Amino acid sequence: MQSFTQLTATAVPLRSENVDTDQIIPARFLTAVTKEGMGEGCFAAWRYLQDGSLDEDHVLNRPHHQGAEILLAGRNFGSGSSREHAVWALTDYGFRAVISPGFADIFHNNSLKNGLLPVTLPHHVVDMLHDLVEEQPDIAITVDLEAQVVSLPDGQVFSFHIDPYRKLCLLDGLDDLGYLLSKTDAIAAFEAVHELA
Amino acid sequence: MTGNDKPRTLFEKVWDAHVVTQDDGAPAVLYIDTHLIHEVTSPQAFATLRERGLPVRRPDRTFATMDHAIPTRNVDIALWPSDAATQVRTLRENCQDFGVTLFDIDGPVQGIVHVVGPEMGITQPGTTIVCGDSHTSTHGAFGALAFGIGTSEVGHVLATQCLLQDRPKTFAITVDGELGTGVTAKDVILAVIAKNGAAGGRGHVFEYRGSAVERMSMANRMTICNMSIEGGARAGMIAPDDTTFDYLRGRPYAPQGEAWERAMARWRTLRTDEGARFDRELTLDANALQPMVTYGTNPGQGVAVTGRVPIVDDLEDPAERRSLLSALDYMGLRQGQPMAGQPVDIVFIGSCTNSRVEDLREAAAVVRGKRVADDVWAIVVPGSKAVKAQAEAEGLDRIFAEAGFEWRGAGCSMCLAMNDDKAGAGKYVASTSNRNFQGRQGPGARSLLMSPIMAAAAAVNGRVVDVREML
Repeated sequence: MQSFTQLTATAVPLRSENVDTDQIIPARFLTAVTKEGMGEGCFAAWRYLQDGSLDEDHVLNRPHHQGAEILLAGRNFGSGSSREHAVWALTDYGFRAVISPGFADIFHNNSLKNGLLPVTLPHHVVDMLHDLVEEQPDIAITVDLEAQVVSLPDGQVFSFHIDPYRKLCLLDGLDDLGYLLSKTDAIAAFEAVHELA
Repeated sequence: MTGNDKPRTLFEKVWDAHVVTQDDGAPAVLYIDTHLIHEVTSPQAFATLRERGLPVRRPDRTFATMDHAIPTRNVDIALWPSDAATQVRTLRENCQDFGVTLFDIDGPVQGIVHVVGPEMGITQPGTTIVCGDSHTSTHGAFGALAFGIGTSEVGHVLATQCLLQDRPKTFAITVDGELGTGVTAKDVILAVIAKNGAAGGRGHVFEYRGSAVERMSMANRMTICNMSIEGGARAGMIAPDDTTFDYLRGRPYAPQGEAWERAMARWRTLRTDEGARFDRELTLDANALQPMVTYGTNPGQGVAVTGRVPIVDDLEDPAERRSLLSALDYMGLRQGQPMAGQPVDIVFIGSCTNSRVEDLREAAAVVRGKRVADDVWAIVVPGSKAVKAQAEAEGLDRIFAEAGFEWRGAGCSMCLAMNDDKAGAGKYVASTSNRNFQGRQGPGARSLLMSPIMAAAAAVNGRVVDVREML
């Protein structure tokens, strides 16, 4: 897994609530048997018009938001389908962190397993960040995982919570599989006495 | 079950019985009894096992079928779109190489994974069940702790039969009273989500209880638990009882003989203890519920069929207002518009929410002797080959066909439009599925979620109607 320590980058303000994983990557892009190239389907129904051309008006397509590595989202981001393809699409598109007032559980889990940092901040802070980025699209936002803070060039700092184990995994780029495999003896002992139900 | 004196909820009993170990400061290592697999979210997980040279730890506890990408018309795989065919072939190869039982499209069992698991008796009370699909919550209807996972976690379970999990909180949803004629389990869960919000269950496991739930069939309980994820919860559970045991008895993977008796004795302990505390609670009066329809683009945006689309100015929260405006813009509906009378172009009866034979029977009773309205395209997609066979034995297929419905093979079909069943842009779909997200049923398609009998009524009328007027 790609590690995450600190990121200073521009952001895209996607001010919509309940953005489900069908929006992040529509089902027609799920027919692959590998993870590669999912960025092409990222927000496809929003980025492209029905004739397949780019929708120049969509915030994701605006020139000053190209190369942004932070996605500013609304409430309940990543709801719906468990498709991890949504996270693969966001990372392949170039995002490294998503800032939202709240994430759906499965999306949150999937992000942590792919080095995409989900940052939960209070509603009013996220609203303020949206306003700020809409006014100053080139503003650089810093997300510091070690210190658990989001900071702005003017010195404003907002701290966020993250589970200490998940933080460690992200900082060191460790995935759960290695950890679980290290518990093989305990798993075997459990299986020896465990009855279904 | 244990010497633990503290009263515990159903969820806590199942969770506690599956914690293998837990290091300080780390999530629990949770043992998974049953792992269900389908063609779309498993290929990359098997690839991880191949890369690392790992076997599947418990192929005997892993079951696969094909449902999402497959066409539901009766066509040869050689004629399928190449990417769907590749996913199916990849799943076959993976199951063969790793020794996993596959209910193949060529066999008699295949269907939607959440329909097949229960009907095979694989879904059992008190077990932990996962699948790379958010509607795994369906299996909670049997008192299992069942939840959807991502593909990385599919790999973890394949390799270790375990997941690293934080313990969710508990949330009691009590539905007491009696549902009126024409009011179904689908209406109960749509009402729960409308009341509690699409994110209202986040971080929690629902337990559905109360007299209305206790009276429900397993099919109805599955409909309710299925949409727990639509209310933001990872899982939903219902305590097993005689209805559960009667359903499971004699099914292929259910315990037999003496093992059945032992299992029943264990399963009877799977009830929330008197005095156990839930972190949150919500109560609904079954008598007050009405048939529901969604008007928006998340499943929480629903009202009674007798109701109207909300007015933006009536909402206080700016985010809610934004959400409603964007939903109505996509849906082409007006604020304050009555739901009844809204024209529909397409009717889809199917999906892991409402494709069981009970759902089809109820819908068939509404359409019997009637015709699908002119210009409405209506399809019925049974949840599994067994459902299809049972429905055909009862003549339901003929009732639907004579009314003008297409009668299909088993699969997810138009619930998610990653196969060839897609609704066109701008079309209104009266759908028994679970998600009204933008584009869910096809790019630009507009979904109106409702119960099977409401969808059947919409089909013959060409518009949303209160099915109670037809009963």
